[in-house]
Amino acid sequence: MNPHVIVIGGGTAGMEAAGRLARAGMSVTLIEKGKDLGGHLRDWYHLFPDRRSSDEVLEYLKGQISHQNIRLLTGQQVTGFIHKGNEFTVSTGNGDTINGDALLLATGFDLFKSERKEEYGYGIYENVITSADLEAMFRKKEVKLVSGKKPERIGFLHCVGSRDEKVGNIYCSKLCCVTAVKQAIEVKKIFPASKVFCFYMDMRMGGALYEELYKEAQEKYSVGFIRGKVSEVAVNINNRLVAKVEDTLVGRPLKMELDMLVLMAGMEMSEDAVRLAKETNLQMGENRFFKPADHHFGTNMGNVNGVFYAGACTAPLNITETISHARSAVTEIVNYLNTGRK
Amino acid sequence: MNFDPFIIPFNIGLYFILIYAVVRSVIWFRELSRPDKLRLQRGFFGKAFGQSLKEIFLESLIHRKILKSNPRLGYMHMSLAFGWFLLILFGTIEADIFGERHLNPPYKAIFFKFFSPDHGKTFFEASYAFLMDLILAFILSGLVLAVTKRFFSRVVGMKKTTKLKPLDKVALTSLWLIFPSRLIAESLTSGAYGTGSFLTGNLGAALASFLPANELAYPFWWLYSLSLGTFFVLLPLTRYLHIPTELFLIFMRNSGIRTGDKPGSFSEVEVHSCSSCGMCIDVCQLGFSAGIHTIQATYLMKGIRNSDYIHDIAHNCLMCGRCDQICPVGIEISPIRMIVRRIEENDRVYENSWNGYFRNRLNVPAPKQDNKPSYDFLPAPVSKKADVLYFAGCMTHLTPSIKKAMVKILDASGLNWSFIDEDGGACCGRPLMLAGNDREARELINFNSQLIWKSGAHTLVTSCPICYKVFRESYYLDVEVLHHSQFIKNLIDEGLVNMNFLQKRVTYHTPCELGRRSGVYEEPKEVIRHVATLEPTGYDDENSLCCGGSLGNIMLSHDKRRGIAEDVTARLTANDPDSLITACPLCKKTLAQATSTRVVDIAELVAEAIADAPALKKNPSRHKKKVVRESAASL
Amino acid sequence: MEKFGFSLTKARVIDYDANDRSIVSYILEREPSLNLCIECGCCSAACTTGNFTGFSLREIHILLKRGENDLVRQKIRKCMLCGKCILVCPRGVNTRNVVFLAKQAFTKNEGYEF
Ligand SMILES: Cc1cc2nc3c(=O)[nH]c(=O)nc-3n(C[C@H](O)[C@H](O)[C@H](O)COP(=O)(O)OP(=O)(O)OC[C@H]3O[C@@H](n4cnc5c(N)ncnc54)[C@H](O)[C@@H]3O)c2cc1C
Ligand code: SF4
Ligand code: SF4
Ligand code: SF4
Ligand code: SF4
Ligand code: SF4
Repeated sequence: MNPHVIVIGGGTAGMEAAGRLARAGMSVTLIEKGKDLGGHLRDWYHLFPDRRSSDEVLEYLKGQISHQNIRLLTGQQVTGFIHKGNEFTVSTGNGDTINGDALLLATGFDLFKSERKEEYGYGIYENVITSADLEAMFRKKEVKLVSGKKPERIGFLHCVGSRDEKVGNIYCSKLCCVTAVKQAIEVKKIFPASKVFCFYMDMRMGGALYEELYKEAQEKYSVGFIRGKVSEVAVNINNRLVAKVEDTLVGRPLKMELDMLVLMAGMEMSEDAVRLAKETNLQMGENRFFKPADHHFGTNMGNVNGVFYAGACTAPLNITETISHARSAVTEIVNYLNTGRK
Repeated sequence: MNFDPFIIPFNIGLYFILIYAVVRSVIWFRELSRPDKLRLQRGFFGKAFGQSLKEIFLESLIHRKILKSNPRLGYMHMSLAFGWFLLILFGTIEADIFGERHLNPPYKAIFFKFFSPDHGKTFFEASYAFLMDLILAFILSGLVLAVTKRFFSRVVGMKKTTKLKPLDKVALTSLWLIFPSRLIAESLTSGAYGTGSFLTGNLGAALASFLPANELAYPFWWLYSLSLGTFFVLLPLTRYLHIPTELFLIFMRNSGIRTGDKPGSFSEVEVHSCSSCGMCIDVCQLGFSAGIHTIQATYLMKGIRNSDYIHDIAHNCLMCGRCDQICPVGIEISPIRMIVRRIEENDRVYENSWNGYFRNRLNVPAPKQDNKPSYDFLPAPVSKKADVLYFAGCMTHLTPSIKKAMVKILDASGLNWSFIDEDGGACCGRPLMLAGNDREARELINFNSQLIWKSGAHTLVTSCPICYKVFRESYYLDVEVLHHSQFIKNLIDEGLVNMNFLQKRVTYHTPCELGRRSGVYEEPKEVIRHVATLEPTGYDDENSLCCGGSLGNIMLSHDKRRGIAEDVTARLTANDPDSLITACPLCKKTLAQATSTRVVDIAELVAEAIADAPALKKNPSRHKKKVVRESAASL
Repeated sequence: MEKFGFSLTKARVIDYDANDRSIVSYILEREPSLNLCIECGCCSAACTTGNFTGFSLREIHILLKRGENDLVRQKIRKCMLCGKCILVCPRGVNTRNVVFLAKQAFTKNEGYEF
């Protein structure tokens, strides 16, 4: 009989890994708590760095998992697992148990809950939205204010819930800078006459083609960049949002009226995964993502032999990195099942 | 027999301490301000005198407050203080009745057994001896507790016990020796003469059966006298000075004297009245939630007494008032801390001189004389005319949901109101005061006062308890100052807002500045009960906790603040309420960081409850005055 | 010698080696969180004083670190210690204590009174 690998989480990482594992001759059960596969990818519109449609990537992933060795279990949430010797027994929310020889956790991330930064007014003022809300508007092809009007000035607020001691996340989510730039371009494409500004602390454009995207945003779309962290948002009598920031490069406070404010919410370890980790004694790092066994050679492994990680459950990763990480997880799992089991 | 040289140490000690007490009180009296002198004189010859005697009996002798909160510790203090008092009282009576003559010098009472060794033969004498033995046994039982406490502080139910300096140790040893040496001296004498009651008699008989009791007794009488004498002579140099000092404190306090904002006789008396009981240590969150064990009130008092460097101690405190609340001696701890904060870093509050026997008050350090204004950039104050002013406060601008809720409530009330600091105003001044910068604070107070005066309003509503406190206490305003919880309470009472009852279970965190610092406990709870189910937490009212965000502490790090907030939210959400309610933007922000439970200001809760309420009574002008005036009574 | 259109005057250049950084050392010893500042400007955006006049705590921080004490001395007394900055600082800098200690350091080191 083929070794049986249980993959938990059907997002980019879980799908890619499941497909590759099946092709490597494993029998795979892919468990996804949601109705559909795809994870966060399904919520995005055009992807950085090249603005290809997310549907294309999703198509590719669907192709990956159409394999006879893969059993799909959707609408089931993994709530815990136990292991005896080399065998793992995974339990799901509806009380089922599934046995397997190895586990791959691909539980992904949660978007930071922007209500927690009350001073930015999410859930309090109309037209303060998150990056994910904006992607949803893009997908519906309905970018507009609550009043139905076109936004004339749009602000993007970087680092909401990342790099912030006050919410307990000191890490950088790594891809919201480039997401802001990507979204700024998309907005400008829809409303060429609008003015778009990014409020940033640092522009972290470290990925392939990111800086190029940044330059394009300046060159072709005249996106404005203001270096300063917004302290608070209010509404004025014209019912417009007012962001307060220090323009640190000028060294003076700046107030700006905006029609729409997009919060670049950061990535956090998913709440479900935190519960799972606590339940099963899987170690988490200080950032609460799963703690890798080694930061150079062991990012797919944790503290329990036979449990592997892939994707954004280990750190904020983009799709490119997620896919590579899923592939390396497959290599590790195959290696483990062939030789590594004690 | 009327005299023996062994009484000399005792006599020296006794007369020394009596003279010292007189001199010291004269100095303290002379340094009081004129009004305080008058107060004290009036207090001494008025009914405050009786009150003081009662309090001395209850607190200094019985130690009622300690007894209530920690019975074992209370018993320890009571047996020593009250027991010793009884021993002296009945000893004096004993000497008077049974001695050779009446009106004996004190040593006759103290060493009665030595001078009347065969006392105790008749039935009457024996019953009196029984009483005296009983008192001695009472004291000794407390002493055993005290000795154990020194070595194992848990025995008396305390987490920490205070540390001693060398002189204190000598004094403590002599104090500890007093009663055991009396026990043995009396027992040996009783043994030799076949007198004494159940304690000294039996012990004496047992000792005399194998020891030369008569010869041995004498050195123990010496020891008894010496330990008494030593204790009395050292008393003023040690923390035991608190015993006599507390008596002065009680008289002064009952005469209406208060700490004030500068060092003076009263604060000096307070500082020396601290018994180092350590109750302030146990309630301090900086200790039990943040691991800071050096700044509590008892260390502050000790630092001041010893003229140590106490700048950091003074500033590293949340000013939450939990220790003020618990101190059994009733020391006004926070005002004393504020005195230290107001002086220059290196200045001492009191200076030791004469080897510590006379700690004289320093000339009050001259306030930093710099008359250059700090905030001359503030514009000329202009404000709109309105009946009710709303001052959100600096912090509330970071909690837009509170602001939004208040706007909704004020609009719903139909009152003619105006939002003074809608676009941000000047700070209320309290944070500066808490840092000891009173002059700077005055500038802000003047600015804001003008804004308020010019509006012609009769009511000032604020969302921030920090502002509320300073508006009420340090501003000279002709308006009624209300915290928004009080304002909402009045609106409810007047029927100016209609609300739905929300099916929610909530707990309430009392902000320090609103609760312990301003005495507003009931109105917020009543408002909450009006719209939701309020559950107790065990940390309610006077016993409420500090969220950790306090501006009263300028030194505390972010991590420690967070640690405190986590501890507090864990306690307040132990029964998993739907929301944790508070009534302060700073508390809200601090607590919300530390819990997954929703933290909501009382104004938001109310705004939520009026969401779908039917139309309100309009034309409220006839209510207007009443709403506002009545609330004064409720404060 | 030919004159260029600009000259490097003292006011322009931060003479790092000549500057006195004892003030910042004094503060850092007591409030090491000053080192955590990333100059994001959130404190100065929130600042109550900054709403009225040119005052930036962020700028104070960096000036202190560079030893530009004169500028700090002129400005620092404007802070109202209101504490908004503490609530917003993403790095958990204990901003009020920096102000407090800076004033103290000036008073001590230079006999300058606030
Ligand atoms: C606003 C935003 C825009 C982005 N745009 C881009 C972009 O343009 N280009 C790009 O390269 N990257 C982008 N990313 C990053 C991208 O979303 C991630 O790299 C990717 O989603 C990570 O995939 P994942 O499978 O690891 O996690 P996820 O996508 O989060 O998938 C995890 C899946 O696991 C499931 N799951 C979790 N716990 C359980 C459980 N206990 N039991 C069962 N199922 C469970 C979840 O339901 C979910 O379906 C963006 C991210 C954000 C926040
Ligand atoms: S990637 Fe950019 S926006 Fe995101 S956390 Fe890092 S610096 Fe902030
Ligand atoms: S300050 Fe009060 S509570 Fe604290 S040790 Fe002294 S007497 Fe006890
Ligand atoms: S006021 Fe509060 S923080 Fe300060 S010493 Fe007393 S209990 Fe501790
Ligand atoms: S404490 Fe000072 S620097 Fe901070 S926000 Fe208030 S006025 Fe500005
Ligand atoms: S908010 Fe904090 S990190 Fe940002 S500039 Fe101010 S002190 Fe520095």
